[in-house]
Amino acid sequence: MESQYAEKIRHIVVQHGRLAVPAERLAEDTDLYKAGLTSLATVGLMLALEEQFNVEFTDDMLGRQTFGTIGSIAQAVAKLVPK
Amino acid sequence: MPDGLLESVRKIGEEVVRPAADDVDREARFPAEAFAALKSAQALSAYVPRELGGAGLAIGEVARLCETLGHYDGSVAMIYAMHSIQVACIVHHARDTAYFRRYLAEVAERQLLMASATTEVGTGGDLRSSVCAIELAGGRFTLAKKAPVISYGREADDLLITCRRDAASPAADQVLVLARRAECGLEEISGWDTLGFRGTCSSGFAVSARGSAEQVLPAPFADILSRTMHPVSHILWSSLWLGIATDAVQRAHAFVRAQARRTPGVPPPSALRLAEVDTVLQTMRSNIAAALHRYERVLAGEAAQESGFRFAIDINNLKLASSTLVVDIVGRALLVCGIEGYRNGSKHSLCRHLRDAYGAALMVNNDRIAGHNATMLLAQREGAKDG
Repeated sequence: MESQYAEKIRHIVVQHGRLAVPAERLAEDTDLYKAGLTSLATVGLMLALEEQFNVEFTDDMLGRQTFGTIGSIAQAVAKLVPK
Repeated sequence: MPDGLLESVRKIGEEVVRPAADDVDREARFPAEAFAALKSAQALSAYVPRELGGAGLAIGEVARLCETLGHYDGSVAMIYAMHSIQVACIVHHARDTAYFRRYLAEVAERQLLMASATTEVGTGGDLRSSVCAIELAGGRFTLAKKAPVISYGREADDLLITCRRDAASPAADQVLVLARRAECGLEEISGWDTLGFRGTCSSGFAVSARGSAEQVLPAPFADILSRTMHPVSHILWSSLWLGIATDAVQRAHAFVRAQARRTPGVPPPSALRLAEVDTVLQTMRSNIAAALHRYERVLAGEAAQESGFRFAIDINNLKLASSTLVVDIVGRALLVCGIEGYRNGSKHSLCRHLRDAYGAALMVNNDRIAGHNATMLLAQREGAKDG
C-alpha cells in the first residue's frame, strides 16, 4: 500500500532533504537523520510532500517518527491521502 | 532551593564579584577570584543530582543563580550559565552510563568547570553541522577541531565538543564528546579583545583531544540540542541578561531617588523614565518566567515538546526578545542616569552593562535564529499556545 508512494518520496527526499548520501543508497529503512537530515530540513521536505500528494501534515506528525525513514514517511502519507 | 546556595552566591556577588568586575572588564581577564569563591560554595554542581553529590537544583533555581550573578558581572554570570548548560546536557542525556555518573560525581567533588566547543571554523556558526569527526579505535578516541570560539577555554577543566559520528558521517550526524583537560591540547588561534563580555575570554582554539570511547555521550547531538542545550541555553542566557538589566534599572532607580531627595515634593523629570523602563523590565522578566514554566513542565513530562516546532519557536522567541530588551532597558537606564551613567567608574556607571548587553544578540546571531523561526513557522499549523 505505502510502497506506491516510496519512489516519489525518495525523489523528494533527494531533492529537499539536503542529505549527504546519494539517492541509490537510500533504502526504505535507511535512517534519514543519520544520512544528514536535520529538523529544519524536514520543513522543506514536508512542504514538497504536501504539494506532491496534496495533503496536510498535522503538527504532531512533524518529528522523527514521521521523517525517520522513507518507509515511515510513506506510512504517514498513506494515512493522509484520502481513501 | 537551598536558600543557602542562593544566599552564598549573593554574598559572593557583593564581596567578590562586584569589586573585581571593572578590573576583569578592563583587562579582559578570567574572573578567577569569582570562580574560586563559587567553587568553595559548591556552586558548580548546583544542577548535579543530589545522589551524585550535587545540590540537585531545578533548572529554574539555576536560572535564579545566573540572574543573581548577572547583577554583579555579566561575564561571571555568562561563564556560570555556560558551565551549567554543559552540566545539564550530561545530567539529562548521559547520567545513566557508569562513566558519566562517575564524572558527575567528580564535577561535584572537585567543582570542575565545563566549557563548550560547538562552533567550528568552516561551518559559519551553524551548530548543527560539523567538519571534524571523531576517530574510534580499540575503545579509544581521537578528535581534532578548530573552534573559532571557546569561552574560558584556557581556564576550563573539561570540554564538551561536537563532531561528526565518524569519518563517513554527513555533517549533520553529530555526537557530543567529553574531552578531559589532561588529555586535551589547546593551541590558541585567535584572541578575545571585544566590546563586551570581556571576562569570558572566548578565544579561538585548535583542539586536539583523546580519551576513552565511554566519553562519547550516548544520545545523538540533535536530541541533546533540541531537548536540553537549546532551551537551557536561551533560558539561562536570558536570565543573566535579566540580571544585567535589573542592575541597570537599580542604578537608575538609585540615581532618581538621589535627585528626588534634592527636590522633595516635586518628582524629577527622570522619574517618569524610570517608570517606563520598569515596565519594560517586567515584560522581560515575565517572558522568561513563562518559558521557564513551560520547560519545567516539559522536563516533568507534563507537556509535550515534540509536537511540531512550537516549543523550539517559542524558545527562540524568548532569546530574540530578551537579547533585544536587555539593550533597550540598559539604554533607557542610561538616559535616566545621564552623564553619570556614561562615565566609567561612577557608582551609576552603565558602560559595562551596555557593552555586555550588545553581545546578547550576537551569541547565536539573532538573524540566524529569526531565519530558523521563519522556516519552522512554515510547517506550523496552529498559532502560539501554551504547550
